[in-house]
Amino acid sequence: MKKQIISLIALFTLFSTTISAQTAAAVASPKIDTGDTAWMIVATAFVLLMSIPGLALFYGGLVRRKNVLNVFMQIFILVAVISVEWVVIGYSNAFSSNSIEVLKPFIGGFHWAFLNNININDLSPYFISHSQTAADGSTVGTIPHIVFIMFQCMFAVITPALIVGAFAERINFKGFLIFSILWTIFIYNPVAHWVWASDGWLYKLGALDFAGGTVVHINAGIAAIVTAIMLGKRRDYKDHAIPAHNITYVVIGAGLLWVGWFGFNAGSGLAADGLAGNALMVTHIAAATAAITWALLDWCLDKRPTVVGISTGAVGGLVAITPAAGFVGIPGALAIGVLVSLVCFCMVAYVKPKLGYDDSLDAFGVHGIGGILGAILTGVLASPFIQPSYSGAIYGNFHQLWIQLLAVGVTIVFSGVGTYILFKITDRFVKLRVLDKHEAIGLDETQHGETAYTNFD
Amino acid sequence: MKKIEAIIRKSKFEDVKQALSDAGIDWFSYWDITGLGKSTEDQVVRGQIFKSGYIQRRMISIVVRDVNLEKTVNAVLNSAWTGETGDGKLFVYDIQETFRIRTKESGPDALYNK
Repeated sequence: MKKQIISLIALFTLFSTTISAQTAAAVASPKIDTGDTAWMIVATAFVLLMSIPGLALFYGGLVRRKNVLNVFMQIFILVAVISVEWVVIGYSNAFSSNSIEVLKPFIGGFHWAFLNNININDLSPYFISHSQTAADGSTVGTIPHIVFIMFQCMFAVITPALIVGAFAERINFKGFLIFSILWTIFIYNPVAHWVWASDGWLYKLGALDFAGGTVVHINAGIAAIVTAIMLGKRRDYKDHAIPAHNITYVVIGAGLLWVGWFGFNAGSGLAADGLAGNALMVTHIAAATAAITWALLDWCLDKRPTVVGISTGAVGGLVAITPAAGFVGIPGALAIGVLVSLVCFCMVAYVKPKLGYDDSLDAFGVHGIGGILGAILTGVLASPFIQPSYSGAIYGNFHQLWIQLLAVGVTIVFSGVGTYILFKITDRFVKLRVLDKHEAIGLDETQHGETAYTNFD
Repeated sequence: MKKIEAIIRKSKFEDVKQALSDAGIDWFSYWDITGLGKSTEDQVVRGQIFKSGYIQRRMISIVVRDVNLEKTVNAVLNSAWTGETGDGKLFVYDIQETFRIRTKESGPDALYNK
């Protein structure tokens, strides 16, 4: 009896296997790669870690003690608000295909608004190195579409958060919030579409931006300088940096940014493979090289290596390697690391005081300049040994350098003009600059009614 | 009874503490202070060097009986001295009354343990 049952089960199993094999042969169903998916979920969490608490601590430590909570709050609320914006219209505007033909290269449509028409088991239509053929003949990636959406969500969140460094210590909270939401909708989403969406015009032109040098860092950096100039100097700014109130926060923040950047860059290959490994490696080496370079500059020019200096250098290196992470090897990482610290150091130590604008925490000096340098150097240093189909000027492909320069130039102009217009519009409804009195008391007290460090137990 | 307040260099604090201890002063208060004055310190932030305009010093506050005033003042003056600009200041005030909270004693007796 027992034997009979076993043979019956065996027969049934055989039968069912044959059936499923037949179905498989008829339609090659694409599969989710669990390794890729697991890594992308972790990478998404890493990028969130960059915003809170990484960037919040980095910026919060650099301001004065009366404004630290305001900076934390600005970044925290952006994480919440932009995440909602992203699933409502942001993702659709940035990554879907527009139904109006003429707009296709410039902005996505509303096909995926509220993440409509997306099922949890759909595979990502976006991929870098791992792809497969779907049932309808299209090529898809190996991770769920929703994981890609959440990964990109964290990029949308951190970009407006980077601008906080430019107008810190003197902006009205309500105005800041309105401006940041408008900026994400009208500046970030279109630029992300140009560079990353499959029908974006810069993408089609062949602009290389592995993890967001153009979309995230140049975009935010230019918005930073424009808002810093339009908002005016802090009332007690005297052409030199105002010392950080808590350098231990700065170090913890820079450290968390460094860790999170592994997700940012090594996740941007959308797979757990050699390319991700390369991105991880060059990210780390560029950050290390830039940190050393800044420390040496401090040491030689100002007698002592400073902690704020080495933290800034590391962040500068991370910014500059971002567009290049999937295209350069170790020599490129070393070159980018050294150059970005040299250029950013000159920018914040000599050029900024000369020009006299007040970019409170050097969002432009580090993110803008570092991003521009990184995007251009990607066009110079891209190595065919990393991805065979891409090479830069030192391998004879000068065309790539022109495309990079064009992408940088267009982003600067679009972000600059767009930020100017959005600032003017917001300022008409809500005065963006706080009252002198409130600035003197501090934004923690006047915008939030809280203080970070109390005198009682 | 007198109160002695002295602004001294942070780097001389250990010396002053020892000198006071040698002079028999076994309790006093101190705190870190920031002020403005002639000797300013250079500060470097992200490659920019500037005069900070602020001076970091330590304030010590000692209450003594009149009989101990001279040796206490001398102890501080000698131990906090370097000869450079920025050695600090010392002030002496009259104290109107002193109470010991535990025993409710008052006057100079409240200032030392018999």
